[in-house]
Amino acid sequence: MSIVVKDLSYVYSQGTPYAQTALENVGIEIREGEYLAVVGKTGSGKSTFIQHLNALIKLQSGEIRVFDIDLTAKKPDLRRLRGTVGMVMQYPEYQLFDETVEKDVAFGPKNLALPEEEIRARVKEAIELVGLKYDEVKDRSPFELSGGQKRRVAIAGVIAMKPRVLVLDEPTAGLDPLGKREILALIRRLKETTSPTVVIVSHDMEAVAEHCDRMAVFSGGKILKVAPPREVFYDEALMREAEMDAPSVVKVAKALISRGVSFHNLPVKKEELVKELVERRGR
Amino acid sequence: MSVRFENVTYEYPGEEKSVVAVKNVSLEIADGSFVCVCGENGSGKSTLAKLMNGLLTPSSGIVTVDGETTSTESESALFAIRSKVGMVFQNPDNQMIASIIEDEIAFGPENLGVPREEIGERIAYALSAVGMEEHRHHTPYKLSGGQKQRIAIAAVLAMRPKILVLDESTAMLDPKGRAEVLAVAEELNAQGITVVLITHFMEEAVRADRVVVMSEGAVVMDGTPEEIFRDREKINRYHLELPVPDYLAAELRKEGFPIPEKIFGEEELAEAICRSL
Repeated sequence: MSIVVKDLSYVYSQGTPYAQTALENVGIEIREGEYLAVVGKTGSGKSTFIQHLNALIKLQSGEIRVFDIDLTAKKPDLRRLRGTVGMVMQYPEYQLFDETVEKDVAFGPKNLALPEEEIRARVKEAIELVGLKYDEVKDRSPFELSGGQKRRVAIAGVIAMKPRVLVLDEPTAGLDPLGKREILALIRRLKETTSPTVVIVSHDMEAVAEHCDRMAVFSGGKILKVAPPREVFYDEALMREAEMDAPSVVKVAKALISRGVSFHNLPVKKEELVKELVERRGR
Repeated sequence: MSVRFENVTYEYPGEEKSVVAVKNVSLEIADGSFVCVCGENGSGKSTLAKLMNGLLTPSSGIVTVDGETTSTESESALFAIRSKVGMVFQNPDNQMIASIIEDEIAFGPENLGVPREEIGERIAYALSAVGMEEHRHHTPYKLSGGQKQRIAIAAVLAMRPKILVLDESTAMLDPKGRAEVLAVAEELNAQGITVVLITHFMEEAVRADRVVVMSEGAVVMDGTPEEIFRDREKINRYHLELPVPDYLAAELRKEGFPIPEKIFGEEELAEAICRSL
C-alpha cells in the first residue's frame, strides 16, 4: 500500500456557526502502482480529500499513512512527505512565478535541500519528460509560453521532486482536445517513469474510463464505492446517488442491453465496445 | 439583427512584433441562429468573439452589428452595440462585481439609464430566464460554477441583448454545470436570441445549427455539424475530435457495420447498431 486513510473527517470553520462538514469517516487504501480516479460532483469532498494526502490540510480526525510517514505523528516529516506526494493543483499554470522556466522548475527540488548538481540534473530531466526541449525553454519566461506549455512547466516543477505518488486535480480542465490528449499521454508516461502511483480528480468520465484502474466515488463528503470503472458505471443505484453521468460508451452499451443485446464483458472503453460488437457479429 | 465580418483582420500589438490573431475573416451570423465556434487554443476564437461587440475593433476590414459598424470613433454607437451583443466569459469568479445577485443584474440596465421600475421587471425576467429567481436576494459567492455562469448570463440578458456570445463559458464547469448553461443557451435561442458558443466540447458543437472552425486566425471550416464531422481528414488536421458516439459509428463502419453517415446521440446509435447486427 502506498497510502492508507482511515476514518478521515474534516470540518471547515470548525467551532463557528459556519462549520461545514467536508469529509466524514473516509477510508481508502491507495495501492502502489495504481491509477486511481477520484470522482464526484462539485462539493462532494474530492479536493479536501486530496489536499490531505500531502498535508496541505492539517489532519483534524482520522489517520493517514503515506508509505512509512505517519501524518498522525506529532511532527510528521513534511519535507519528506512533499517529496513523496507531488501535487498538481487545478490550473497549475496560474502558480508559475519565477523569471525563467529553469528557476521555476527548480523551486521544488531546492526546497528538498538537494545538492546543486542534482537539482540541475533533475530540472533538465523533468523538462524533457513533460515533452519540452530543455535548451529551448530553460531561459524563457514561463509567462510567454502557450497555455498547454505552461501547464507542462507547472507539472515539471512537481516531477522534479521525483514523487512516488503523483496527485493531479483536474489536469485537463480548460484544454482543447489535442491538449487534453497530450496531458493524458504525459501522465501515462510519468506513471511509467517517475511516479508509479497516480491519483487524478476528474469530471471527465471518458478519460477516467479509458485510463484509470479504479475509481473512488465521493458524495456528500463520503466515499460510496472504490472499484474499477466497470463496476462503477454499471451500478445504477450508485450512479444515481452520486449524481454522476456515465461515459458515452457506457450509455450506448446500456441502450443496447435494454434492446436485448448481451455482452461478455461490459464495455467501458471505446475499443472494448467495438471489439464486443465485432465478435458478436462473427458468432 | 445579424453580425457581419468583412475581410476582418486583427493584430495584437507586441513589443517586437505584432501577433495576427484573426486573419481576413468574412462571416455572417444569421439572426436567430445557434453557432458554435471551435478550434485549438490560440486559433483566434476569443478574438473573434471580442470583435463581435466592439471590445476589440478590427485592424482592417469591417464588423457590423445590425448594420452599425463597430468603431472606436463613435462611443455612442459602440455603447449601443454592446447592449445588443452580450458576452459571458470563461471564469465565473472573475465576472461578479456586486455582493447581492439583484444588484449584479441591475448593474447593466442602470448604466443604460433604464428607469427604476423597469429595472425591477428586467431583473425578474432575467433571473426567471436562467431559472435562478429564488436567489434574487442572495450573495453570488456561495453558488456553484454553473449557477454563477447562469447569473452572468442573466446580467447580460437584463440589457435585452439580441445576441449572446458565450466565450468558453462552460470550460471551467463540471458536467452538471455545463448541462445547465447549455440548456439555458438553447432555451434563449428558442426564444429568438442568436447564440454564439465558443467551445472545446464537441458534444456541445453537434447541438448547434452551424459550426465554424478556426485555425491560425482563419475560418477553415464552416457548415452544419453533419458536414463538419463527416470530414475526418480535416477534423484530424485541425486537432478536433469526433463526439464519442460518432467516433464509435465511424469505427463500426470500418468494421463493415452498415451504419448510416449522420450525427448520432447514444440512443440513436444503439438503435442503428441493433439494426446492423
